[in-house]
Amino acid sequence: MSGYDYDDLVRAARAQITEIGVPDLAARLDAPPLLVDVREPHEMATGVLPGAALVPRGALEKGIDHVAPDRDAEVVLYCTVGNRSALATLVLEQMGYTSVSSLAGGIAEWRASGLPVEMPLPGDDTARYARHLVLDEIGPEGQERLGGASVLVVGAGGLGSPAALYLAAAGVGTLTIADPDVVDVSNLQRQILHATSGIGTHKTDSAAAALARLNPGVVVRTRTVRLDASNAEEIAAGHDVVVDGTDSFPARYLLNDTALRLRIPLVHGSVLRFEGQVTVIDPYAGPCYRCVFPEPPPPGVSPSCAEAGVLGAVAGVVGSLQAVEAVKLILGAGEPLAGRLAVYDGLAGDLRVFTTARDPACPACGDPSAPPPLVDYDETCRPVRP
Amino acid sequence: MTATVRIPTILRPAVGGDAEVEAAGSTVGEALRAVGDAHPPFASLVFERDGSLKRYLAVFVDGRDARHLRGLDTPVGPGAEILVLPAASGGAG
Ligand SMILES: [Zn+2]
Repeated sequence: MSGYDYDDLVRAARAQITEIGVPDLAARLDAPPLLVDVREPHEMATGVLPGAALVPRGALEKGIDHVAPDRDAEVVLYCTVGNRSALATLVLEQMGYTSVSSLAGGIAEWRASGLPVEMPLPGDDTARYARHLVLDEIGPEGQERLGGASVLVVGAGGLGSPAALYLAAAGVGTLTIADPDVVDVSNLQRQILHATSGIGTHKTDSAAAALARLNPGVVVRTRTVRLDASNAEEIAAGHDVVVDGTDSFPARYLLNDTALRLRIPLVHGSVLRFEGQVTVIDPYAGPCYRCVFPEPPPPGVSPSCAEAGVLGAVAGVVGSLQAVEAVKLILGAGEPLAGRLAVYDGLAGDLRVFTTARDPACPACGDPSAPPPLVDYDETCRPVRP
Repeated sequence: MTATVRIPTILRPAVGGDAEVEAAGSTVGEALRAVGDAHPPFASLVFERDGSLKRYLAVFVDGRDARHLRGLDTPVGPGAEILVLPAASGGAG
């Protein structure tokens, strides 16, 4: 039999690299070398060496530059017993690190020797966001931007659920969830923020609980009201991005006009059956929703989701795309879907992106000096006269 | 010249259920009218009485919004793809 197994690789690595013993490292705790924990985030949660940087093995090659930009710095890698860190040490040597060693016996022997470990601080989200921190487009700076950002998600339904979950998981600092409804059993097929135990409770409360379970570091604000012309501006004001997860044309056109008035970017998403649409409205810079769809369809043409149905996972795709766009807007990364409409056809397995354009005669955004008035619309989006 | 007109689900009943219809025409308007001639319910969904495009529809020609090209007069080349797309309201609320 040829080839090597894990034990062979570890043995070969340990024969090649430098190891440091627990007593030797403990003797240097006053002025320790740079300690790097290469375990998985869930392993780090039970304690790490004092002052250690947290760079899981899977993210090592990309992540090490952030914590040890100087290749001549003294670096000590550790894991549970010293096997993974031996393999990782070999990798860093290949990358040109000149003074890297592996802690023999790992944190297990460290603990067994009665030496101190520390809990990763609640505010230290290095492990939580490890897979973001190694991305060039995010990194520590981008993660901080996400933490300082606030996003309004209108509708805690089929689109708002995945969008809010991913934004909370991503560490967006403040999420406002606006929804007037209570959780119904028929929602649970697609509205993954809510659970069977939440039936009958306000969707905002159910959402806040789910988001806190996922990421207690996120501040969740709730607005248990239906968006209308009288409150839309006040609810949306102060947010960096608005995510449209509403389920009616009146709400969508109202949100479009609100975003224009406040000049807040709006991430539009909609679904029907197996199809969905996503676009970003960048007020007065790209087309608004009315530039693309000046009017809603007549009632006979456009059935509601209740009549037409929707595959839950299609709402998941579209809401997740909205979360991607919101994160991009916060980071200023990539190309937002502004001036473009993504159309997803789940049955065909097809995602196409169409170019849209501003309408110079658009009644909503044609004249930047005259933002559209906010009015309540009926289902055909004619203004409701009192 | 033959273009392919792609029909989203909610408009498919108007063309007998097809997802794509081949249509002859040298402009978007001609191609859509050809579909409407073959399927009269489609014509009433797409065209106003005066022959203009209904305002709830976006029409994309080879990926670009025809309303901001030359509208129904936008020329279509051989093998062009036309998508007729209404706004969708569903947020799966
Ligand atoms: Zn506009």
